[in-house]
Amino acid sequence: MTIDTTPGLEPASPAHASGSVFTSKSRVGAFFEAWPPLVLIALFWIGLIAVVVVGAKWIAPYDFMALDLRARLIPPVFMGGSWLHPLGTDELGRDVLSRLIVSIRISMVIAFLSTLIAAIVGVSLGFLAAYFRGRVEQVILMLIDAQAAMPFMIIALAVLAFLGSSLFLFTVLMGFYGWERIARISRGLAISANERGYATAVRDLGATPFRIYSRHILPNIASTLIVSLTLNFPEVILLESGLSFLGLGVQPPMTSLGNMVGYGRDYIQSAPWIMLAPSAAIVVTTLSISILGDWMRDKFDPTLD
Amino acid sequence: MSALLQVKDLKRHYEVHIPEGLFGRKASLKAVDGVSFAIEKGRTLGLVGESGCGKSTTAKLVLGLIPATAGTVEFAGTRVTARHDAQWRAMRRRMQMIYQDPLGALDRRLPVITQIAEPFEIHHPEMPAAERTERSALLMESVGLRPDMAMRYPHELSGGQRQRVVIARALALDPDLLVCDEPVSALDVSIQAQVLNLLDDLRERTGFAALFISHDLKVVRQMSDQVAVMYLGRIVESGLPEEVFRHPQHPYTKALVSAIPTPARRGKRERIVLEGDPPSPVDVPSGCSFHTRCPIAQASCRTVAPQLIESGGHAVACHLVNAGAAPAVQAAE
Repeated sequence: MTIDTTPGLEPASPAHASGSVFTSKSRVGAFFEAWPPLVLIALFWIGLIAVVVVGAKWIAPYDFMALDLRARLIPPVFMGGSWLHPLGTDELGRDVLSRLIVSIRISMVIAFLSTLIAAIVGVSLGFLAAYFRGRVEQVILMLIDAQAAMPFMIIALAVLAFLGSSLFLFTVLMGFYGWERIARISRGLAISANERGYATAVRDLGATPFRIYSRHILPNIASTLIVSLTLNFPEVILLESGLSFLGLGVQPPMTSLGNMVGYGRDYIQSAPWIMLAPSAAIVVTTLSISILGDWMRDKFDPTLD
Repeated sequence: MSALLQVKDLKRHYEVHIPEGLFGRKASLKAVDGVSFAIEKGRTLGLVGESGCGKSTTAKLVLGLIPATAGTVEFAGTRVTARHDAQWRAMRRRMQMIYQDPLGALDRRLPVITQIAEPFEIHHPEMPAAERTERSALLMESVGLRPDMAMRYPHELSGGQRQRVVIARALALDPDLLVCDEPVSALDVSIQAQVLNLLDDLRERTGFAALFISHDLKVVRQMSDQVAVMYLGRIVESGLPEEVFRHPQHPYTKALVSAIPTPARRGKRERIVLEGDPPSPVDVPSGCSFHTRCPIAQASCRTVAPQLIESGGHAVACHLVNAGAAPAVQAAE
């Protein structure tokens, strides 16, 4: 904030004349204070990803499965390739850009749905534990501890190895990643919110428990939950990538970011672009979501203005 | 004659664990220990006493927010229970509470108009949104809040304004009983007067009965038709405010009244300064619970608990006072 004492620099407002302690900020300054540049970049990237997810079919220049054996391992434009394949081609002559677009779509949809499942399961169980306390709470806490005690990767490997990998099963399985953290957080926050005056006051007005939890407690703890979810989202992307990399996630000919990285590793020396493009997409997307989550937490809190 | 609120021998004991010896021992903390009173329609009972004497616990018991260990609360002929079921929730329409800390009692994420409209949403879900907004705006006006404050958040209002929001919300459904738990003790003195006057005006207009809890004798005197003085979970004296504060009978009330600052510096009243702290409600002294600090305690005070005996609308629980009272009055009861 700049303290402007020379009235000539800015249009003299009545506030200045009256000796007000407020100084009017320039419009650009105010805009960037409300929307920091980093957040704008992150938002732009998420928006781009959203467009790609929705319009993958129309944006992709080639069919992601189309082979062109005469145009194998063509480098991308900035490494001496041509605009015909802006991000180059892979070992079977498939267009990397088209594959990347489809991969982003698959990975994002899986991560989004999984995080949604984890949020719903976690918040519901956490609230149930906080509301009923006693034996119900003990059982839920036991489930949470059981889930937390087992490495998720091993559970996922076991399930996928026994049941095979379909896209639906894979999404639901990813949905069980991280629910225990969300349940634990929402239980703790709900219990402490219940001790606060506002929840008691609304209960004293005659509100049903459902109303208290959905209308008052959930919005009040949403900021913390959202931060937790934005941590979960990139982790699901990474987990999905890891499992696909191991060959247990999304199966070829379907493709996903992890799947692309996994199959691109054979060519890491001769054609690094095959795995660099999806890797960069993973990094930038997860980073953007984390930045946005942080920013949203501040935005959602009206007392933090 | 049946009163709006009838409280009989209300008790609330908490099981506490005292770290003593190897395993500690269990004891019961008698927060409220046999309180009886009645409030008639449109009347106000003031409850005074020092911190920790069970005033707030009594308020919570009356509203059925916490279960009573013993005793009954009857509101308009219906038992008030602490089971939070549909019947309990429906009863909230008729009994409401005002809290000591208005900021804590408001949801900081909702604009105040939404919070004032919430009772309508809860109890009249069929009410159209336009009518809800209109009635909330009227409520805001009646508690002296400007219309432009409607969309503000609680933290953007001053303490007095917040308490007005809480009052507006509590009065939204025209309750028959309003329990005010230290409604002004968190406010500045100048704001206190405003809020008290507001409550007084609203009571005249809408005619709710009130249980008014405060540690401030002046406030209680201003607000109440009837006062009860509590000490260690029991009522030690009750009666009309003028009677109780002009001619206190119980030695504890005498001490309280003598502590009210008066403009006359060299007053005629001598100050009674009580020795020590109130005893722990875990180890309530035998006999009269006040005998450990009572300046005029006798041997019988240590063994026999005095009963609250009424004479001419003024009830006192003290052996010395009741022994001196005219026997004819007692016989007449």
